[in-house]
Amino acid sequence: MADRTPWSLSGALRGMFAKRTIDDDTWDDLESALIRADFGPTVTEEVVDDLRAKVARYSTTDPRDLQRMLREVMEERLAKYDPTLKLTERPAVVLVVGVNGVGKTTTIGKFARFLKTFDRTVVVGAADTFRAAAVEQLATWADRAGVDIVRPQHEGQDPASVAFQTIEQAKARGTEIVIIDTAGRLQTKGGLMDELGKIRRVIEKQAPVAEVLLVLDATTGQNGLAQADAFIQHAGVTGLVITKLDGSAKAGFVLAVQEKTGIPIKLIGQGEGINDLTGFTPHVFAQNLVG
Amino acid sequence: MATFGNLSDRLAETFKNLRTKGKLSPADVDGTVREIRRALLDADVALEVVKEFTGKVRERALGDEVNRALNPAQQVVQIVNEELVAILGGQQRRLEFAKKPPTVIMLAGLQGAGKTTLAGKLAKWLAKENHTPLLVAADLQRPNAVNQLQVVGGQAGVAVYAPEPGNGVGNPVKVAKDSLKFAVDKQYDTVVIDTAGRLGVDAEMMKQAADIRKATNPDEVLFVIDAMIGQDAVATARAFQEGVDFTGVVLTKLDGDARGGAALSVASVTGRPIIFASTGETLDDFEPFHPDRMASRILDLGDILSLIEQA
Ligand SMILES: Nc1nc2c(ncn2[C@@H]2O[C@H](COP(=O)(O)OP(=O)(O)OP(=O)(O)O)[C@@H](O)[C@H]2O)c(=O)[nH]1
Ligand SMILES: Nc1nc2c(ncn2[C@@H]2O[C@H](COP(=O)(O)OP(=O)(O)OP(=O)(O)O)[C@@H](O)[C@H]2O)c(=O)[nH]1
Ligand SMILES: [Mg+2]
Ligand SMILES: [Mg+2]
Repeated sequence: MADRTPWSLSGALRGMFAKRTIDDDTWDDLESALIRADFGPTVTEEVVDDLRAKVARYSTTDPRDLQRMLREVMEERLAKYDPTLKLTERPAVVLVVGVNGVGKTTTIGKFARFLKTFDRTVVVGAADTFRAAAVEQLATWADRAGVDIVRPQHEGQDPASVAFQTIEQAKARGTEIVIIDTAGRLQTKGGLMDELGKIRRVIEKQAPVAEVLLVLDATTGQNGLAQADAFIQHAGVTGLVITKLDGSAKAGFVLAVQEKTGIPIKLIGQGEGINDLTGFTPHVFAQNLVG
Repeated sequence: MATFGNLSDRLAETFKNLRTKGKLSPADVDGTVREIRRALLDADVALEVVKEFTGKVRERALGDEVNRALNPAQQVVQIVNEELVAILGGQQRRLEFAKKPPTVIMLAGLQGAGKTTLAGKLAKWLAKENHTPLLVAADLQRPNAVNQLQVVGGQAGVAVYAPEPGNGVGNPVKVAKDSLKFAVDKQYDTVVIDTAGRLGVDAEMMKQAADIRKATNPDEVLFVIDAMIGQDAVATARAFQEGVDFTGVVLTKLDGDARGGAALSVASVTGRPIIFASTGETLDDFEPFHPDRMASRILDLGDILSLIEQA
C-alpha cells in the first residue's frame, strides 16, 4: 500500500479542536473541512446546522465535545443501512458495474481472493469485451486469486452471452459464486446503460442475481450521485463499493449516495494489492474521517 | 443538484430584483455571489479556488468598473464569465515540439484517469499530422497495461516499444530511457511515454515518475485528470506538480455530465494550461481544450449568458 500521509477531518480541524472554546471560526473551519472531504454543500450545511443545534442544546463550548458529536453524527448517518453481502443463493451471481476506470476489474480480483480464503469456489466472467486487454487483465487477477475464468469465445462477443456462459459453467461444475466483470460506461450513455439491463435479464434466465455492486471511486466529487442514480435505475444496484480510499480523497459524497438511494456501502478498496479490500464498518469509516 | 434548481434558474431569480435597480448594492452582490459559490461547489471546484474566485467577482462587481450598456445583472454575469475564462487559460495552448526530434511526451496521473487511452489518441492524432509517433510501455505495474498499450497502438496504427512484459517485471525508468535511443535509431519523431497510475500520497511511486522524467527530459509532461474528480483535485495536482512537475493538463471523460470543476481547480492552483480534452473511449474522441466552452459548462453559463441578451 502507498506510503500515506493520513488526512482526516481532525487533521484539517486540528487548529479548531485545539482551541479553548467554540467560536465563529470553528463553524467556518468545520464547514470548510466537510466541503474538502466532498460531502457537498447540501450535506455540509445539514451537518453544520445539526451540530450547531446540538452544541446549543448541551450548552457546551468545548471543541472536544464538538469533535465527539461530529464523529457520532457521521457514524449514525453512515450506519443506517445493512452492509452485509447476500451470497446465499447457489450459484450466487454478483454483477459488478460502474463508470470507466473506477476499479471494477481490480475489485473483482480482490473479492475473488477474499471469497477463496473462505473456501468458496468462484468463477469470474469476462463480460468486458470492449476495453483493450480487459479480458487479459481479469485473467491475471483470476490467476492471482486462484479462481476460474470464463472468457469470450471470440473478439467482441456480446457481453450478455459471456455472462450467460459463465453461469452455465458454474451450474455445470457446482461453482458457488459467480462474479461478472462489465465494461466501464458513463451513466449518460443511454445505449450502454441499456446493455447493462440486458446483461441482467440474460443472467436472470439462468439464476437470480444475488448482488449488483456499483463501484465508486473515492476521488469522485458530486458526480457520484448522478452515477448512483443512473446505475440503480438501469442495473438494480444492491450494494456500493468505494475504491481508492488509500489516497488523499475522503469520498464524503457516499454519505449522500447512501441516504438518497438507501443502498448500503458493502466493500472498501484501499490499494492495488490483492488483499487491499475490506468490508464496510461505519465506525471505522467515521473514525478515519473525523479522528 | 436538481432539488435546488440549476444555477441559471437561481440566478435568474436573484437577477429579477437586480434588473430594476440602477446600481449594485453590496447586499445584491452578496446574494448573487452566494449562489455562484454554491454552484461552483456543486461543480466540484476546489474550496480555496471558490473563495478566491468569489472574492474577485465581488470586488469587481462593487468596483467602479461600470459598463453603461449593461444592466447590473448582466454586469455580474459578464464579470463571472471573464474571470472563469481567465483562470482556465484564456487562449488555447498548443503542444510543444522539440527543435531536434524526437519530441518526448510523458503522461502521468492517478489510477484509471485515462492515460493509456490518451496515449493511443495522441499517437493517432500525431500520425495524422504527419508525425511518426512511438508509444512506450513504461507502466510495468498495472496488470496487463503493456497488452493494453499494444492493443491501443494497433488501433492507432503506430509502433509500440514494449521490451518488458510488465505485471511487476521490468524497470520503467530503463524502458523509458532506452526508448529514446530506439526512437533515434528507427527515426520516430515523437515518443509518447505511458506510465503507471499513482496516488499523490505515494512517495515511492512519485519518485519513480520523477526518475522517468529525469531520464527522458520530456518536452511535455501531461498531467491526465478525470473530469469527475472532486475536491481532491487540488491535493493531487499539487502532489504531481511537486513530485514530477508537468507542463500541461489533459481533462478526460468530458463526454459525461460531470461539470468539471477540476479544470478550474487545477488550472488555478498549478498555473499550468489545459491542452486537450478527452471525450470518449475511442481514439478519435479527443480535441484541443476550449476554455470558453469549459467556463459555460462549469457554471451552467450557457443559459446564463443568454440572460445577458434577454435582460
Ligand atoms: N490506489 C488504488 N488503486 C486502485 C484501487 N482499485 C483499483 N485501482 C487502480 O485503478 C486503475 C483502474 O482499475 P480497474 O480495475 O482497471 O478499473 P475498471 O473499473 O475495471 O476500469 P474499466 O474496466 O476500464 O472501466 C488500475 O490502475 C488499478 O490498479 C484502489 O483501491 N486503490
Ligand atoms: N467515457 C470515457 N472513457 C474514457 C476516456 N478516457 C479513458 N476512458 C476509459 O477510462 C478507463 C481507464 O482508461 P485508461 O486509459 O486505462 O486509464 P489509465 O490512466 O491508463 O489507467 P491506469 O493505467 O490503470 O492508471 C477505460 O475504460 C477507458 O476506456 C474518456 O475520455 N471518456
Ligand atoms: Mg475493467
Ligand atoms: Mg494505463
